Amino acid sequence: MASVCSFLPDLLCKFPAIDDTTIRVARKSVDEGFKGLVRAYTNAIDVLVQPLQVFLNFLESLFVNSPWIIILAAMVAIVYYGSRDMRITIGTIVSMLAIGLVGLWNDTMVTLAMVTVCTLIAILVGIPIGILMARSERAQSIINPILDVMQTMPSFVYLIPVVMIFGIGKVPGLIAVVIYAVPPMIRLTNLGIRLVDKEVLEAADAFGSSQWQRLKNVQIPLALPTIMAGINQTIMMSLAMVVVASMVGVGGLGRNVLQAINNQFFTVGFLNGFALVAIAIIFDRTSQAYGKRLQKHSEVIHG
Amino acid sequence: MASHAIEVKNLYKIFGPRGRDFVDQVKAGLGKTELNEKHGHVLGLQDINISMPAGGVMVVMGLSGSGKSTLIRHINRLIDPTAGEVLYDGVDVCKMSENDLREFRRHKTAMVFQKFALLPHRTIIENTVYGLEIQGVPMDESRKRAQGWIERVGLKGFENHYPNQLSGGMQQRVGLARALTNDADILLMDEAYSALDPLIRVDMQTVLLDLQKELKKTVVFITHDLDEALRLGDKIAILRDGKVIQQGTGQDIVLKPADEYITAFVKEVNRGRVINVETIMKPLSGNPEGVPVVVGTVLESAARMMTLANQNVAHVVDANGKPVGSIDLGTIISAMVTPISHEKMPQAAE
Repeated sequence: MASVCSFLPDLLCKFPAIDDTTIRVARKSVDEGFKGLVRAYTNAIDVLVQPLQVFLNFLESLFVNSPWIIILAAMVAIVYYGSRDMRITIGTIVSMLAIGLVGLWNDTMVTLAMVTVCTLIAILVGIPIGILMARSERAQSIINPILDVMQTMPSFVYLIPVVMIFGIGKVPGLIAVVIYAVPPMIRLTNLGIRLVDKEVLEAADAFGSSQWQRLKNVQIPLALPTIMAGINQTIMMSLAMVVVASMVGVGGLGRNVLQAINNQFFTVGFLNGFALVAIAIIFDRTSQAYGKRLQKHSEVIHG
Repeated sequence: MASHAIEVKNLYKIFGPRGRDFVDQVKAGLGKTELNEKHGHVLGLQDINISMPAGGVMVVMGLSGSGKSTLIRHINRLIDPTAGEVLYDGVDVCKMSENDLREFRRHKTAMVFQKFALLPHRTIIENTVYGLEIQGVPMDESRKRAQGWIERVGLKGFENHYPNQLSGGMQQRVGLARALTNDADILLMDEAYSALDPLIRVDMQTVLLDLQKELKKTVVFITHDLDEALRLGDKIAILRDGKVIQQGTGQDIVLKPADEYITAFVKEVNRGRVINVETIMKPLSGNPEGVPVVVGTVLESAARMMTLANQNVAHVVDANGKPVGSIDLGTIISAMVTPISHEKMPQAAE
């Protein structure tokens, strides 16, 4: 292509990039400014994340320190009452026993605690935002592009601002995971509410429902199957992100995977990977079966 | 609890963002197609004036797109009018504040929908108590009242089923029970029976007529079926392209159709079930002969009574048994047969 450049002006041939010095200065001042800002508010940030830290630590120590048999019994009970399916329950017992046998019980508990907290926070944050989006076109037009960015941004990139603001540790990891996992929760809550049958809403209005009664009696219950799908997605994405978040100091199975990558520990990597897969399947099947059970009323018996 | 009449006055509805701006032009004669082509607005209703009788069944009839569903939604203001008034007990529904409107909907109106619009995640009894639940009536009390209505509409034993487990006709009974449990003066029925099979529809019409005899609510019933309109309506208004083209009793409409459009409709009607004996009776001359027939009896029933009694003549008596006129089988038959003018008119119009 050099021949083309011989008669083209230089400006059109080589991209006129801003020169390195300017970029370096700009970059430096943005970084410095950001760091300064964070430093100025360190205390406020600490106070803000304190409750998360306490809650996460409490759950983690509860999971790790309880005798394994109690945890297993609790898990089996939840899985059974959630799914009412013997196969899923037996699968849970077998895979948890296998995880224990290969010595990954404690790491699994740490990951489990993390995913539980992340999912709860994602639900608490996601459902109200989803409801807001469903109620207001303007909110939807503002929030949608933000969600698009959140979902297309490579997950590693989240870690940079999170680490800069919150430092290294469990809580920054938790925040990164929640940011990564919350978009499907928001989107599917919004979608579910928007898909509610217009006639049924009209009926609710015709009987004089207030906005809150409409939401509580009609919109949320009818959107619940879709919201459950959102919760399911959020759990799956939390599990995926927990591994990435181990780079900023989140413990558990993710850290083992990270070490296995760094040291080429083939077996360790696979065992931890499979443990993650097992938890993912347990969560997925249970929440899906539960969601399906919620829709029992929609089975058509009479044509 | 006496029901009140509903007065609809000069009601206009123009769909579109700037509907209000075109009201004056429509009043001055701008037509539906013009409005749509030139300004991109849809004329839903124009200059509706109907007075709906207190404690009676008002039927609004029209084909799809005639604006009948839009009209019924103005009565509980699910749709806001562009201009005009809907008066109930002297209060304009269209000017109510949000709170007043909610109270009005809770206590004065109840609605039955074409596609039932039941809550699929709630059982029949939970659906039926819905109106009372949002009014804040205690659970025990509302369940008791709902149970009564569920039994009245013939769904005893289905209380704990889900709507999807019932057939269409049964689901609409739930819709009716839900509306009646609200114990409101006004019962709005938006094509309530249009989605049902013909036999079940007649069955449900009977349910409504039986209930209405004792409840005496102000019922507004929307339908596209003239037979249904004639069977149920104390008063009928026929809508076309958002305009009322005729209103009156069933007899008025069958005997004196206002234009060819209505004539075409009326042609297919079983006149023997619409026209009453007093409409065609002759003044009494001499002594009353044959079987006595009470005022208000339709021709078909009168003819049946006469045939069973093997008589060619009958005399009409008023509610107190006093003879007021006479009829014979010949008159009845000629009144039941569709007049030639009605048969011809639509063809002449073509």
